[in-house]
Amino acid sequence: MPQPAFQQHPGGGRRAAPAVIDPDVDLADPAQQPVGPARRWDVLAATAAGGILGAEARYGLGSAAPHHDQQFPWSTLLINVTGCLLIGVLMAVLLQAPSPHRLARPFLGVGVLGGYTTYSTFALDVQRLLLHHRPLVAVDYVALTVLGCAGAVWLSSALTGRIVAVARR
Amino acid sequence: MTPLLIALGAGVGAPARYLTDLAIQSRFRTLFPWGTVTVNVLASLLLGAVAGAGVGTDAMLLVGTGFCGALSTYSAFSYETLRLAQQGAGRLALGNVALSLTAGIGAAAVGWWLGLPLR
Repeated sequence: MPQPAFQQHPGGGRRAAPAVIDPDVDLADPAQQPVGPARRWDVLAATAAGGILGAEARYGLGSAAPHHDQQFPWSTLLINVTGCLLIGVLMAVLLQAPSPHRLARPFLGVGVLGGYTTYSTFALDVQRLLLHHRPLVAVDYVALTVLGCAGAVWLSSALTGRIVAVARR
Repeated sequence: MTPLLIALGAGVGAPARYLTDLAIQSRFRTLFPWGTVTVNVLASLLLGAVAGAGVGTDAMLLVGTGFCGALSTYSAFSYETLRLAQQGAGRLALGNVALSLTAGIGAAAVGWWLGLPLR
């Protein structure tokens, strides 16, 4: 059986606390260790159910504000920025909660938010804008998405972290 | 019919992302989020191909909106970038953004080009 993913401190040889980088797969989380098939199965089912909910919400928002290939893809930008706001809130809550439900992260994080946000549509939006000779719109879209999403996840995780810390006092 | 097609695609795409990420992370235990980069590039390639091939509305809902949309993720990508930056791995964070942008958009373009002859 593989060892859990612990990150080594650059200077020291001893094992450091696991660094959570990936919000979806965390091999230091006992609930996510590949154990019996029955336990693994409910994680996959929770992920699928959440993914369906997230994708339906994405479709609903996207068809409420449709865009042509040459237009600025506001709906995709809105979907990804709001999804990044929510992952910041979710991870700040789950990482500070004393004992979160083991299916909370597979359902809400991997499933709902992973299914709601999309990288492939973002990439295709950019490709289509370039194909239709709209390079300036493409550059604006990339910049707004990258900066907007980075700002959203940073702000929401910092604010939620503070609120949770105050609430637990 | 539309919600059903999306559900079928997303119901497979989201667990596929989790399993791919899990397999890659278990094999390459690096700080760099190779798992998320991989699913995002693969989903962009496939979405580019079905768009290039000009598939019908139903196939686009199933494979594009459902499967590719759920296979790829922006939330995990931006959260990982934030965590890398917070843990002093600023260069890895920037590298993650640069690689995801070039490989993701490049994959959509390559997929489009591969799909065009199927039109």
